[in-house]
Amino acid sequence: MFKEMIGKTSNKVKNTVERGAVKKFAEAIGDMHPIYLDEETGRKSRYGANIAPPTFPRVFDYGVIEGLHLPNKGLIHGEQIYHYERPLLVGEDVYCYARVGDYYEKKGALGEMGFIVLENNGEDQEGNLIFSSKSVVILSEAYRKVQNV
Amino acid sequence: MTKIAELFVGDALKEIQLEPVSRIDLIKYAGASGDFNPIHTIDEEAKNAGLPGIIAHGMWTMGNLAKLFTSYYEEGFIEEYSIRFRGMVFLNDVITLKAELKDRQNDRLTFEVLAVNQDQKPVLKGEVVYKVY
Repeated sequence: MFKEMIGKTSNKVKNTVERGAVKKFAEAIGDMHPIYLDEETGRKSRYGANIAPPTFPRVFDYGVIEGLHLPNKGLIHGEQIYHYERPLLVGEDVYCYARVGDYYEKKGALGEMGFIVLENNGEDQEGNLIFSSKSVVILSEAYRKVQNV
Repeated sequence: MTKIAELFVGDALKEIQLEPVSRIDLIKYAGASGDFNPIHTIDEEAKNAGLPGIIAHGMWTMGNLAKLFTSYYEEGFIEEYSIRFRGMVFLNDVITLKAELKDRQNDRLTFEVLAVNQDQKPVLKGEVVYKVY
């Protein structure tokens, strides 16, 4: 079922790197550095603005991949990979979309497991890549039985 | 502070030991990230999922780990950040964050990064490629 989803993408969604959201996120990971929070520090930096922490893209909306039904409950996050062309700037708009990168099955500690690779990407207004990311999500045999996938 | 570009292979960044993981940490991360999977905040849901108790979001620990690099922002940025989630983080665990320079090729510094719990067991492990300007 997931095999057929490989290559499917969502529509792009416009997100904004909101100052308040960056502050809340920086607090939540205990990284209250002035480069994220203090406007003066941002202005004086090489970026001319505040930046966002590298794992901040977790908060963006990546749209919906039609036909992909993957309830959260029981999923295991196995791996996470970010690639950046440059840091995200506070206040900028980012156009985000998701893609099913891969799906494969393997026998392992949790039985007949499934592995789905979900890609989350962000571009600027001109369509230049700012960041790409991959999450490897593990579907245990128990999960696959319950969800019938 | 030493410049990141002046580190030698084998040098480590100053490690950080976090306060014991508290429920409020995870509630805050759920709110800030939008990940409301209840196994991270509600005991009963964690138990229903077969866990001994609530566990931290893997992304909470990964987010924390990146702060080893934050103060070098004028020198460069994290170009690649890849993590394997190796073990669960429970309430009251004491996590230590580490990074060691493994390789350097021109403007790219490759660090092995690691978060261990109080038993020195890795809970996540991976790599940061830091690109200097």
